[in-house]
Amino acid sequence: MNLTTPLTDEVIEQLRAGDKVSITGVIYVGRDAAHKRLVAALDAGEPLPFEPQGQIIYYMGPAPAKPGDPIGSAGPTTSYRMDSYAPRLMEAGLKGMIGKGNRSMPVREAMQRHKAVYFGAIGGAGALIAKSVKKAEVIAYDDLGAEALRRLEVIDFPAIVVNDVYGGDAYEDGLQRYNRER
Amino acid sequence: MKEIHTDQITQAVARLCVESNYYLGDDVLSALRAYREAEVSPVGREVLDQILENAEIARDQQMPLCQDCGLTVVFLELGQEVHIVSGDLNESIADGVRQGYEEGYLRKSMVTQPFSARVNTRDNSPPVIHTTIVPGDRLKIIVAPKGGGSENMSQLGMLKPADGREGVINFVVESVRKAGANPCPPIIVGVGVGGSAEKAMWLAKHSLLRKVGESSSDPEVAELEAEILDRVNRIGIGPQGFGGLTTALAVHVETFPCHIASMPVAVNIQCHSARHKEVVL
Repeated sequence: MNLTTPLTDEVIEQLRAGDKVSITGVIYVGRDAAHKRLVAALDAGEPLPFEPQGQIIYYMGPAPAKPGDPIGSAGPTTSYRMDSYAPRLMEAGLKGMIGKGNRSMPVREAMQRHKAVYFGAIGGAGALIAKSVKKAEVIAYDDLGAEALRRLEVIDFPAIVVNDVYGGDAYEDGLQRYNRER
Repeated sequence: MKEIHTDQITQAVARLCVESNYYLGDDVLSALRAYREAEVSPVGREVLDQILENAEIARDQQMPLCQDCGLTVVFLELGQEVHIVSGDLNESIADGVRQGYEEGYLRKSMVTQPFSARVNTRDNSPPVIHTTIVPGDRLKIIVAPKGGGSENMSQLGMLKPADGREGVINFVVESVRKAGANPCPPIIVGVGVGGSAEKAMWLAKHSLLRKVGESSSDPEVAELEAEILDRVNRIGIGPQGFGGLTTALAVHVETFPCHIASMPVAVNIQCHSARHKEVVL
């Protein structure tokens, strides 16, 4: 399924855990240290460096771009480290997260409550994923280096829906289907 | 006594940092291909294909396999007849890391004071260096960048001697289950059994330097490796956690004698981007 950002509730409601998607448009990039600052800004009632309504945050810290390239290797980082921050951003209107690995129950519940989805990208496929990034710029927190907040323009960014708004979880489905312990 | 100049060491380390991040070893590639053929999950096969394609792109475009170019772990096997001249050995290795990460467009992922400032050092220093003194007049340098996602899934269990072989197997299997999709499966499971707490962890990490698909030279340990691998691949986590038969490409176990009261078991998980390159000076 092809998705274009920003995401609307109508589109999100169509997504089911396990669906393969191809994302085109603007996505924002932030990981541990940037999340800490975003949530601190929300707590202080300050505006965020970008308007989160309908947007996707990609948990990622890229490798430096070589001359002429928009970005270096650009695969997902492990998402659970952002679990304590994610519900606040969904409250502020965030509609999508891209990362890898399992989310906590509070995050999954917040996704159902705020109609947001969590996509898994292929961890360790940073060179492949970089091909879908057409433009990248640091928009805030430059002092954080690899952890700075970035704005990307992507075309056909490949991902799989891990958690949908109905409580579905592609990792749990996979385990159920392929477990051979009994 | 053989002399080795610190400049030689710096140059070698810089080159190994770049090469390990750009080129996946043939052993890992062969294992990925073999598991790709045996995988029954369609998504699993697709993920493995993309991981293989990623390795080709990284090699052809000369870019890192993964944006997480790791904390730089360096294993040194220093011959006791070697004399290091013109500087500080550890500093010459750190210089090699700084140089390699800058010249190779590798991501710098190290931060200062872990529990407070966490300011990026901007050159990926300092490396973690493990030095072993060995007979001879050579210096072997192994550079093994380690990603944070898989390293975070490490576990240490101070088991009771009564827990025995089954206790070891269960501890490793449960560590892999708990890690789930987080460490970028398919993984290589490094296991250290015995010694002290820190020795067990060293063994677990050191075991990851072995070629993927090569069993322990100790038949009893090799049998344990095979049994744990079978158990781990029955869980069903699969490539990237989307379900399948390929959760681990290999299980490597190293052992060491231990105290009458103890049975330390350490698990150090390696993601599929199993990077390490070495040189002998």
